[in-house]
Amino acid sequence: MSILVDKNTKVITQGITGKTALFHAKGALDYGTQMVGGTSPGKGGTTVGISLENGNTVSLPVFNTVREAKDATGATASVIYVPPAFAADSILEAVEAELELVICITEGIPVLDMVKVKRYMEGKNTVLIGPNCPGVITPGECKIGIMPGYIHLPGHVGVVSRSGTLTYEAVHQLTTRGIGQSSAVGIGGDPVKGSEFIDILRRFNEDENTHAVIMIGEIGGTAEEEAAEWIQQNMKKPVVGFIGGVTAPPGKRMGHAGAIISGGKGTAKEKIAKLEECGIRVAPTPSEMGSTLVTVLEEQGILNLCTTH
Amino acid sequence: MNIHEYQGKEVLKQYGVNVPKGQVAFTVEEAVEAAVALGSPVVVVKAQIHAGGRGKAGGVKVAKSLDEVRTYASEILGKVLVTHQTGPEGKEVKRLLIEQGCDIKKEYYVGVVVDRATGRVVMMASEEGGTEIEEVAAATPEKIFKEIIDPAVGLQPYQARRLAYAISIPNELVNKTVQFMTALYTAFVDKDCSIAEINPLVVTGDGDVMALDAKLNFDSNAIFRHKEIAALRDLEEEDEKEIEASKFDLSYIALDGNIGCMVNGAGLAMATMDIIKYYGGDPANFLDVGGGATAEKVTEAFKIILSDAKVKGIFVNIFGGIMKCDVIASGIVEAAKQVELDRPLVVRLEGTNVELGKSILTDSGLAIVSADSMADGAKKIVALVS
Repeated sequence: MSILVDKNTKVITQGITGKTALFHAKGALDYGTQMVGGTSPGKGGTTVGISLENGNTVSLPVFNTVREAKDATGATASVIYVPPAFAADSILEAVEAELELVICITEGIPVLDMVKVKRYMEGKNTVLIGPNCPGVITPGECKIGIMPGYIHLPGHVGVVSRSGTLTYEAVHQLTTRGIGQSSAVGIGGDPVKGSEFIDILRRFNEDENTHAVIMIGEIGGTAEEEAAEWIQQNMKKPVVGFIGGVTAPPGKRMGHAGAIISGGKGTAKEKIAKLEECGIRVAPTPSEMGSTLVTVLEEQGILNLCTTH
Repeated sequence: MNIHEYQGKEVLKQYGVNVPKGQVAFTVEEAVEAAVALGSPVVVVKAQIHAGGRGKAGGVKVAKSLDEVRTYASEILGKVLVTHQTGPEGKEVKRLLIEQGCDIKKEYYVGVVVDRATGRVVMMASEEGGTEIEEVAAATPEKIFKEIIDPAVGLQPYQARRLAYAISIPNELVNKTVQFMTALYTAFVDKDCSIAEINPLVVTGDGDVMALDAKLNFDSNAIFRHKEIAALRDLEEEDEKEIEASKFDLSYIALDGNIGCMVNGAGLAMATMDIIKYYGGDPANFLDVGGGATAEKVTEAFKIILSDAKVKGIFVNIFGGIMKCDVIASGIVEAAKQVELDRPLVVRLEGTNVELGKSILTDSGLAIVSADSMADGAKKIVALVS
């Protein structure tokens, strides 16, 4: 078990004929993900050939629309790499086609486009992850996104994060300690996005294969504070946190559109205080995300259960 | 992206937001000419810099004659204003807004932002105009009223009315206020603003509702579809190194410390600053080279970091995922040679082909200190610069 994606997930790539999309479609196929096709308006009816690391070549069908792609391939998920100006449209098309899961990697989508997308998605069943995120991986089964697959190890710790490279850092620290991951989800660094921490925590809470979670937040907004309260009230499993940006100056956007302290709100100090107040152990430095989790797992007597043998 | 007050008012005017008559002036002569053209008995001379708190710093003066306009304009132009938003070094005034004075009866606050919690645009209003809204929010949050706007239909008149009544706009001016708010919301959405703040919104003696000040911020992700807004960018208001970095698609922010940082990924870059501070050092910058860091980008990043005289050493922290460590290492070696690196350099590499990357650094003959983890690297660079 895992969350969001597993070995049965069939995935299409929207904008599959683009360079980045093709590069990552190959990466996903190499990892063993069931990539079943893609869309590229005007190129419907053609195929793209992808040469894998193992020497095989895979030929994927290309469709004009997401609906056609879904009907022909049975895909339940899509991944989006299209440029920011067209990304909102791609998300809407996937939602309209009633895909279960849409993962938008694209960075730099105008925030008001995302406001419209969120409004459109109200009452719909599609789950959106991102935008501006590394994607989702269930180690050993399915990789959708830009994360390096090989650093992951199948196991029982869930990872959820607003930052891509910090997710890799956390995963790496876990894997080198022999602690595998159930799934790792990058929710993205934008202020308005498809899924928030709580949406993912809820899934990890319900997933029998997940025994503990690492939550990686950063400055800006109040999603970490809300998640902390939710964890205190609902979470049956230990959660370890990390918050980036203790030294970030107010009013400056730290790379991510969402990482900004504005009006004195959203500081790392406030977030860390709230997490600790809600009983969540916070790693003091990014180097100690893995070791902090190990300490907590030991205390809870589940370190052995979480270690991949 | 930020613009000046006078530019913000021009933009708002196009949408029917009521603003005082005014004109920009770059010289004292232009200021006097503008005052003559306005023909108003009272004009306001306002310093134009990208920072708030200008009034308190002496950047806003009310002139009752052309002589006073001349005096104030020569006083303010070229002056370095230090406000709570400029930092201790302040900002030099290079432009003035010469504006018609108006008979203020009462000041209010109106602001529009994107609210992350709801994922919607929110309009806020308060009777406490003229002061910092953060202070109002902290001291008397009950005095701030909010309307969450459905993007499908936009700001509705009843919402604007509700705000107007909540902040006690005089009855006879409620309709004008509704028009004002509707125009402001339209401008916000149409121009992809991230903040539109009218502080103060004023009610005048002759029954007008007006934006006495205007602060517009634009979503930099949306600038591509607003060429007219991009043209308003004032490079003199921005940090030179930040401008240079943006040319190479590097995300760079200058800070006050002495340890230069080069990192891939925004979250990791922020965390790297944190860990330097944790071990007693002080970061000189935030710098995200992005996922596809090429040798050229790494070289440019080095040049920008080294152009900061405060920098006493550099910490490179790369988690090579898609980007392989050997490629990054070659880039670092190449860059270090090109820029004739004269300060300590600590490199922490992790990820794909890490061993190959480390040996490239070792074999380069350059004085590069290798680190095994973020913590190890942070400790090493802190020791080297102290």
